[in-house]
Amino acid sequence: MATYRCIIYMLAFIICGSTVFITADIQTNQGKDAESVFLEGVRGTTSDPSLVLSTDTEDQTQSAEKEQNREAIEVETNLVDAPSDNIVNHVHDTMQTTEPPPSEDQTQRFAKDERIWKATEVEENLVADAPPTPKETDHVPETEQTPDVPPELTAKDQFQEELVIRPLHSGDIYASFQFRTLWDTDFLHGSKVSHYRLFPKSLGQVISKFSVRELHISFTQGYWRTMQWGQPFLPSPPGAELWVWFQDTVTDVDVAWKELTNVLSGIFCASLNFIDSTNTVQPSASFKPLGVGNVTDQRFLRYAVLPREIVCTENLTPWKKLLPCGSKAGLAVLMKSEKLFHSSFHSQALHIRPVCTDWKCTSTSWELRQTLNIVLDLHTSGQGKREWSLFKMFSRTLTEACPLASSSKVYVDVTDNPQGELFDLSPATSLLSQAVVLGDRRTYSVYDLTDPATFGQTHSLNMLLRWKAAQSVEMLRPLLHGERYVAGYGLQTGEIHTLVYNNHPYRAFPVLLLDIVPWYLRLYIHTLTVTSKGRSNKPSYIHYQPSKDRLQPHLLEMLIQLPPNSMTEVTVQFERALLKWTEYTPDPNHGFYVGSSVISALVPSVVAMDTNNTQERPLFSSFFPCKEESSYFMRVYTEPLLVNLPTPDFSMPYNVICLTCTVVAVGYGSLYNLLTRTFQVEEPSQGLAKRLANIIRRLRGVPLLS
Amino acid sequence: MPMILSHPRTSNFSLGRILNSVVCYLAGVMWFMGLAFEPFTLRTYMSENAMGSTMVEEHFPAGERALATGREFAAHKKKIGGMPVDWLVKTMESQGLEVFTQSFTRKLPFPDENKERYMVRGTNVYGILRAPRASRTEALVLSAPCSEGNSNNQAVGLLLGLARYFRSQVYWAKDIIFLVNEHDLIGMQAWLEGYHHTNTTGGDWSPLQGRGGSIQAALSLELSSDVITSLDLVLEGLNGQLPNLDLANLFHAFCQKIGVLCTIQGKLQRNDWESTSGYSHAAQTMMLMVLKQASGRAWGDHGLFLRYHIEAATIRGVNSFRQYKTDATTVGRLLEGMYRKLNNLLERLHQSYFFYLMPSLTRFVSIGYYMPAFGLLAGILLLRALDLWVQLGASAPGTEDGLAEREQASSPGVLSLLTPVVISHLTGVALYTLPIRSQEMAVQHFPVSETEAVVLTAIAIYTAGLALPHNTHRLLQGEGTEQGWRVLKLAALLYLAVLLGCTALINFSLGFILALSLVPIAAFITPHSPKYPSAVAMVLLSPGCTLLYCVFLFQELQEIPVSLHDGWMLFLSVISQGILDHSLYGSLVYPLLALLVYPCWLLLWNILFWK
Repeated sequence: MATYRCIIYMLAFIICGSTVFITADIQTNQGKDAESVFLEGVRGTTSDPSLVLSTDTEDQTQSAEKEQNREAIEVETNLVDAPSDNIVNHVHDTMQTTEPPPSEDQTQRFAKDERIWKATEVEENLVADAPPTPKETDHVPETEQTPDVPPELTAKDQFQEELVIRPLHSGDIYASFQFRTLWDTDFLHGSKVSHYRLFPKSLGQVISKFSVRELHISFTQGYWRTMQWGQPFLPSPPGAELWVWFQDTVTDVDVAWKELTNVLSGIFCASLNFIDSTNTVQPSASFKPLGVGNVTDQRFLRYAVLPREIVCTENLTPWKKLLPCGSKAGLAVLMKSEKLFHSSFHSQALHIRPVCTDWKCTSTSWELRQTLNIVLDLHTSGQGKREWSLFKMFSRTLTEACPLASSSKVYVDVTDNPQGELFDLSPATSLLSQAVVLGDRRTYSVYDLTDPATFGQTHSLNMLLRWKAAQSVEMLRPLLHGERYVAGYGLQTGEIHTLVYNNHPYRAFPVLLLDIVPWYLRLYIHTLTVTSKGRSNKPSYIHYQPSKDRLQPHLLEMLIQLPPNSMTEVTVQFERALLKWTEYTPDPNHGFYVGSSVISALVPSVVAMDTNNTQERPLFSSFFPCKEESSYFMRVYTEPLLVNLPTPDFSMPYNVICLTCTVVAVGYGSLYNLLTRTFQVEEPSQGLAKRLANIIRRLRGVPLLS
Repeated sequence: MPMILSHPRTSNFSLGRILNSVVCYLAGVMWFMGLAFEPFTLRTYMSENAMGSTMVEEHFPAGERALATGREFAAHKKKIGGMPVDWLVKTMESQGLEVFTQSFTRKLPFPDENKERYMVRGTNVYGILRAPRASRTEALVLSAPCSEGNSNNQAVGLLLGLARYFRSQVYWAKDIIFLVNEHDLIGMQAWLEGYHHTNTTGGDWSPLQGRGGSIQAALSLELSSDVITSLDLVLEGLNGQLPNLDLANLFHAFCQKIGVLCTIQGKLQRNDWESTSGYSHAAQTMMLMVLKQASGRAWGDHGLFLRYHIEAATIRGVNSFRQYKTDATTVGRLLEGMYRKLNNLLERLHQSYFFYLMPSLTRFVSIGYYMPAFGLLAGILLLRALDLWVQLGASAPGTEDGLAEREQASSPGVLSLLTPVVISHLTGVALYTLPIRSQEMAVQHFPVSETEAVVLTAIAIYTAGLALPHNTHRLLQGEGTEQGWRVLKLAALLYLAVLLGCTALINFSLGFILALSLVPIAAFITPHSPKYPSAVAMVLLSPGCTLLYCVFLFQELQEIPVSLHDGWMLFLSVISQGILDHSLYGSLVYPLLALLVYPCWLLLWNILFWK
């Protein structure tokens, strides 16, 4: 029990307040023990804990009442959820409310501290310039940028752009663009923000109108093949995914959510207006805020996936328009749709969240991150040759950085190629950067586009990766990996199987599994089984919310401990509902989609895995296996499902309508005619002269001739 | 029949009744035979818009290379003496597919002497071509069996060649699964059950690692020569299920477009429908389809897909002595075209017919046209039942005492009705269970192999059922009444009508063939008909003998006539295959015959020997 609680704490921490956590981690630099020490520290520094507690408990009781009203079934084997929330709230409260705003010389002192820290890093020949990962390395670029930022930008907003190119073991190539806009402003309180510089106005207005605290939206075409490609920097499910944390000042979240989805649907030219109560859920644990903040009450969270959403240029264009330079300059010139949509995988996303402006997190600023990930295929895009250049990938080369960007860099992953034995990278760059990304230590060649020397004589940068031999090194198996499929045959019942693999050779770790199933698959929750290595594996936490026909989907969240080197199978049976005939889609025989399951986990890092590798590091630093980031947060999406429902023969109603119409027209019509008509013997028609005479007689008022 | 005529009370009406029945029967048969007459049938047409109006181009260039791959495969197969799993995995991986294997073991209930196997152990290899920007929700399957000996190497070669070519194309919207299955149907069964995680027949297979979502359509390829003269389309699947007619239309459309001779049931189409030979050709093609469908077997590897609502067909290359030859490139282009059209599908194939008969590839008979033929036969049963019902009603109030007497009469009636029903069904259960269970005992006591033991036990139990009436009567005290046999016959008639009706709805051919043989005896059998001629007629029209005639007819239609002895041996092997099909793949024909049809026939047999 204690271990589970500890694990939940860890998970909640990483998900909610990664920034804080990492700050603490770096300060103490003690791996596992850091969090407990940090926790105590936080508790000690809370200036007014009673106040914080009271507001929290109020929230809790309110939410509890509401939960009961919703008839949600919640099976909690140990009360893990509530305490973790509380503690996280404490942390954020502390950060936001109790700290006085920093004075000028304090900030200067921090900057000085950082410079020193950076200097030590440089001494070790490690430029601690992390590539963009969602959370962990969040602070690094930020703190690093501070000294470089030109004086006029320090005041309000800044923009950074990055492109990471990672050659994959399958021969494919992965390109990940990230654009980050930071703005130190307050959308929600005080005067209305009307002057926009780098931050897109349309999104700023959305934030202030709907009191959005965090907004994450992604459009993905294709499925990320974890077993071939490893982990993505930013995972996303096929189709469209949207999750939003609202401010706790929002009174009617459902209305705000409905309006927000419609507005976003307009902004991104997507069918987000199809998000309604039948596909919206409020996960209790899987989606915690990624930015700073003090609300973790799931009432303010909405999550929805549209697995059938198709992504195309019409979604890309509005997305590109949000960039300060558009697609006119900088890295965005590479985004030509005919190349981007000629890929095996295409995912574009947008994340808005509040982040700390400095070390002590005295104030927050808004961060807008736009990411675009594509994977180009070796056989179709690369014509089977393992040779990639920027021009081959995007049919464009780079000529300049975006003039508005404070930093513009291209990273190429050369981890597998330290001495250049696998492939040649030209033009070569002396700038190397090393960082721990997704638990693995990676080395990157860095091209700084703000430096004119990067472009050389030709005034354009066209990197070329050319493999020397066809063979490649073995890829390390991804530690966490999931699969899902529908078992059984026939149109009455079925069984959803979700397989979660832990490929770590000796460490067990817990995962949070989130399943959202539409109401028309009626889950038999009593058939839920979780088995690992042939034995039943009892989840330590289950949150199940049953569906309501035509109103809400099933929501199933579980915390499952994955044994080392194992496959865990979660099965649940369902019955296929017979829909009303107007509820079928126009193509009912195509089937109905069930969105991806979401597996969220703290995965033990690969770096900490090799206890034997002592060549590069001094002996005294390598005894305890848990070093640096002992584990990292990861989210894995399984494939969506396509389920056939019992479908009537829709030509049948048409036939019936035709038949009945004919019967009515011919049979009933003539019968009715016969029944209502009065029959009279037809008189021979009068002659013309007689008729004329009768007209004259009528005028005269004389009796007519018969 | 003379007895019925001379029956004192009904003689005035019986001639009319018999005439009714005979006319109905003849009309049914005529209707059925008329279905093959071309002016009475419909032309096939593509119903699915997604496949009809869109144009695709075929560019597959590498037929020679595919054949070379096939030869390499054959060499590796010969060296290993089985499926070259490692070589296949390596080859598929080098083509950029995601490759997975599945191993399976299967112990047959008794040795299969046709294919010489008992303990089966094998491996399926499949590679998945992941469609770009697709989310693993839909898939198509192309399979080729890895057969023993020298057959089907070209199919595997062409499969690998197509995989290589398909991989470099950008237009795929559905994942394509290339499957090489070992031990034909057993491997296919293991793979399909693994894919859908079901286990209907108790096989032992390892779970699958990679999947491509719901399978929309599948083709199985059989090719044993470098050049072919024609391609044969096989549609009949397990339990007489057929794929959607659009799949056959698609095949025919591409054969026309590319200029490949195509056949169904191994028969080319003829255009001289007005001549007698033209008609008999069409009739033969249709009869072959009816016989194949009635057998309830999977006539190709595709047959097992149909259970999972996956439209599937087998395409079989035929190399005969014709001049005109087609090379592998052309076959590859044909398959490429078909897959591109299937790739365009927005929904599962559902627009066209699922219930049809085909007198030729361009003509089909839909369910609305062939059902009246069966309806006319089944109508006889209902008419006779109605007649008996009226007779029973008319004879009951004839007695003076009314209620008391009727109760007396009916209480032995129920018993006399129940006893034969229960006993004949128990015989059916024995016929269903004993052959496989008692094989060891039979082998110990008689000089026969296991397979022979099973088949001969089945025949022995079947024949032993003929002695039943005497045993039934031993259980009953007293004489059977006139009323008794009528009630029994009424029950038997209704039972048979329901049974045949249900069968015909699922598998028309089986229902129709059974109706052809069972309806006459069910209509005319009474205890008063002359014992020996009637008994001979009944035995000759029993389900077992019907099966024997079907075997001979099938051989005759295929133009491979057999001698009596060979026919008998074939009959025995058909029985063993039927039992195997049931236990391996879940075919329902054997249990249907043993548990329902045979007991029903025994009831009629009881009526004949009613005392």
